[in-house]
Amino acid sequence: MMKGWMSKFKAIFALVVLALVLSGCTGKPFLSALQPKGEGAEMIYDLMILSIIIMLVVFVVVMVIYTFVIVKYRQKKDDPDFMPKQTEGNHALETLWTVIPIILLLILAVPTVQYTFALADTSPELNEEGEEQDSLWVNITGAQYWWHFEYQDMEVSTSQELYIPVDRRVYLSMGSQDVIHSFWVPSIDGKMDVNPTGNTNEMTLLAKEEGVYWGKCAELCGPSHSIMDFKVIAVSPGEFEQWIKDMQGVTGEETPESATAQEGQQLFQDNCMTCHAIGSSPNKIGPNLTNFGDRIKLGGYLDYNKENLVEWIQTKGLGEDGNMKPGNQMTSAPYELSDEEAAKIAEYLMTLSPSGITPENAKDGVYKDSDLKSLFPKEEEETEGQGESQEDNKDEESSQGSDESSDGSNEGSSEENNDE
Amino acid sequence: MSATARKAGFGAALWDYLTTVDHKKIGILYLVAGIFFFILGGLEAMLIRIQLISPNNEFISAQFYNEVLTMHGTTMIFLAAMPLIFALMNAVVPLQIGARDVAFPFVNSLGFWLFFFGGVMLNVSWFVTGAPDAGWTAYAPLSIFSEGHGVDFYAIGLQISGFGTLMGGINFIVTVVNMRAPGMTYMRMPLFTWTAFIASVLILFAFPALTVGLFMLTFDRLFGANFFDPAMGGNAIIWEHLFWIFGHPEVYILILPAFGVFSEVIPTFAKKRLFGYSSMVFATVLIAFLGFMVWAHHMFTVGLGPIANSIFAVATMAIAVPTGIKIFNWLFTLWGGSIRLTSPMVFALGFIPTFTIGGMTGVMLASAAADFQYHDSYFVVAHFHYVIVGGVVLGLFAGIIYWWPKMFGTMLNEKLNHWFFWLFFIGFHLTFFIQHFLGLMGMPRRYWKFLPDQGLDLFNLISTIGAFFMAVGTIVFLYNVIITQVKGVKVSGDPWDARTLEWAIPSPPPFYNFKQEPLVRGLDPLWIEKTEGNGKIQPATPLGDIHMPNNSFVPFMMSLGLFIAGFGVMFQGTYWVLAVIGFGITAGSMLYRSFKDDLGYHVHKEDLEDEKGDGSNG
Repeated sequence: MMKGWMSKFKAIFALVVLALVLSGCTGKPFLSALQPKGEGAEMIYDLMILSIIIMLVVFVVVMVIYTFVIVKYRQKKDDPDFMPKQTEGNHALETLWTVIPIILLLILAVPTVQYTFALADTSPELNEEGEEQDSLWVNITGAQYWWHFEYQDMEVSTSQELYIPVDRRVYLSMGSQDVIHSFWVPSIDGKMDVNPTGNTNEMTLLAKEEGVYWGKCAELCGPSHSIMDFKVIAVSPGEFEQWIKDMQGVTGEETPESATAQEGQQLFQDNCMTCHAIGSSPNKIGPNLTNFGDRIKLGGYLDYNKENLVEWIQTKGLGEDGNMKPGNQMTSAPYELSDEEAAKIAEYLMTLSPSGITPENAKDGVYKDSDLKSLFPKEEEETEGQGESQEDNKDEESSQGSDESSDGSNEGSSEENNDE
Repeated sequence: MSATARKAGFGAALWDYLTTVDHKKIGILYLVAGIFFFILGGLEAMLIRIQLISPNNEFISAQFYNEVLTMHGTTMIFLAAMPLIFALMNAVVPLQIGARDVAFPFVNSLGFWLFFFGGVMLNVSWFVTGAPDAGWTAYAPLSIFSEGHGVDFYAIGLQISGFGTLMGGINFIVTVVNMRAPGMTYMRMPLFTWTAFIASVLILFAFPALTVGLFMLTFDRLFGANFFDPAMGGNAIIWEHLFWIFGHPEVYILILPAFGVFSEVIPTFAKKRLFGYSSMVFATVLIAFLGFMVWAHHMFTVGLGPIANSIFAVATMAIAVPTGIKIFNWLFTLWGGSIRLTSPMVFALGFIPTFTIGGMTGVMLASAAADFQYHDSYFVVAHFHYVIVGGVVLGLFAGIIYWWPKMFGTMLNEKLNHWFFWLFFIGFHLTFFIQHFLGLMGMPRRYWKFLPDQGLDLFNLISTIGAFFMAVGTIVFLYNVIITQVKGVKVSGDPWDARTLEWAIPSPPPFYNFKQEPLVRGLDPLWIEKTEGNGKIQPATPLGDIHMPNNSFVPFMMSLGLFIAGFGVMFQGTYWVLAVIGFGITAGSMLYRSFKDDLGYHVHKEDLEDEKGDGSNG
């Protein structure tokens, strides 16, 4: 039965490796840590590769010895009573396999410590002259089972879909409304826990390519943990600037065009406003719906269509089968609506599209540059008179990708620069 | 032992096991309970894998899924791996050091029953308001807010079973320190005894952190304390620290005895003494020591800051050094040997590459910056299954098969054992190897469902197929156990041609183990006698009366009392009466034990001389 088991093992191993390569085990570009599209993810990817190489060296050494001893030192059929020498040990060998691993680990430990500090650094970015740039801070709130985003000092709030400018570090300050969540956009950066009151965490996010990236909650937070998805929509700085400005004007009182939607707006104000804000209201009992009409997904992961939305409203987020967002907090909302009324609200919500900048702009390949200075009015006053021309700033923008790997950070988008 | 044990029949046998204080029988109790819970945890694992067979699957509900994943982890760690470790420790350690029993046989029995009732309590939750649903780590405040009584069952059940484990640990420390046979110096102890000893020391220092954490959790949930509730000024991070100060050493509590098993199996079947014995001992102690200073590597993403993260990262990497020493020592034990591919040996050989991969991903995870991607993803799931299944479970099965003849006097069918190994081993790698990639491709752990079009479908399907292989393998093992015990073919005291003291006495050993205390002349005492003496261990003391402890039903009652009291504390109101009754039973049992003189009994010299042919001590 045991004859040739090594060759069996080898064959299986080869098959597994082949299967992995063929199936393309790097995942989808909008979700995979193996296809880094951001500063943090790139650094971590490099570290991953380094550690895998070191570990493979060790593994190969172990497997060579392992294979050799098993093939060579099997009990001989013709000499079953063979008495092996009872070796106690060997100081030279034992020293060798103590010292070499220590060296290998040091090789890994140095960049580990370096990168650990680099990734925790939330000090302002410097421009070419070494001056501190305005930092774009976003307050992130995790809640069962959705995400809230508040652009600091800009009076812009939104939920579920986080718009950021590419090639610019975005600073995140994160806290939770209830239990621990964890903010993870694998293709842009590593994750960070989102803790309840008192343990605010900070991190930076720098996307190097425009795109719609999937974010996941990575800390068990209740039944709907696995469907607490969000998106990061990375658009060019100019488009981001425009988006912020469009969002700033929203009050929630804007009248939609169609009569049904107008009725829906009235119903929304009567039934939903306690929890859901439109505009920059600090209200975050439920998701902010300012630009709900631009959402890619409903509830973070469901197909965005009216049918689903009506079902969501009518079942308070549970769905007919109870599997839309099980355990969500909307279930405690006291409203009661007829199907017709729910449809009207849905119609109204789907008209909420205050900005010309939508997720489409992350995919269209148009790159509009900006230094974002107009978004930081106070800072602008202070720095006024330093005489930086718009031209200069553009150059800074395109070269300030990151400390480690600024070269090539704009490769994908620099061509589109000209479209402006 | 005297009158009741000799009564025939199932009732008498049951009573014997309910009251036994014999380490060998307690070992069997741990084994049976451990395998039962292993099957239960395995079924939960199958539910998880079936749920994740395809995207957007709704085979089970989200809430039930969280209960299943919580109970899978909790059951496998606390109710399967721990008792199976204790099963081997009980069955083997006293024999390996030439002792008649553990130091405190009564406490040994109490330890088992506390564990058992704690485990039953946890599983009763399935039928009362639902099982715990906050993960086996029970992070606050999710565990505080969790509705129903699931997490109460978790806290109180683990508290009770944790007492049992703590007692077991203390018992083995005292046993190894005090009860070694003449000539059995520390540096002549078999590696399994060494690792059991070090694991017991870890239990002594690690479990109190869990005890404290669980008390705080219980008080938060049941008595309105606010240790972990941030809204009331508590701090949720404290729970994470307490849990992992226990939780990380727990990993070594499990893996060190498994290392010990391999360090017995490999020399036996390579027909060679363990290469670098003293460095193996040193490595074991070092792993245990370092194991206490790395807990925060489970918390790299919590936001402890780069200084703490860096320190814990480097400390964690350091553990790879003693672990590597062990791997190479095993390889060089095989080098130049005469290897017999018996089933325990095949498990040991399967372990080496598997655990090496687990160790490699361990170092990768230790790299704090990179951990920001790995953390709480399927990469971590893959890593700890490589360590816990590839290390602990393979070690446990190697040990169970290896010592099965010693425990039961029968031999498991070798052919079926090989089938079991290959199904389990291939299934294991199918299930978990690709999970590394799933994690890196963006699939976080503890996900009730994953979405289509995210590139995760195929690997999840393969993973589920692998899980079925493992399940079939386990069924083969259970079948093997049943047919082996039904046939009941008896084997000799030393069926493997082994090296250590436990093989010098009959299988199964007489209840007093060694007729006379054995004289130990070096490492691998039986091997020394086989190669340099007449093949029999020389006695160190003349034949004399043997003092044995009486059986006792008190440990069972004490544990039952706490079990009943747990429900009272949990449901409160009129149920407080249960707490009064329960604590009353426990306190009464303790009083009874304290005031009743139980001096045990003596096996007389004349009776021992009558028994012959057991080969013990010549």
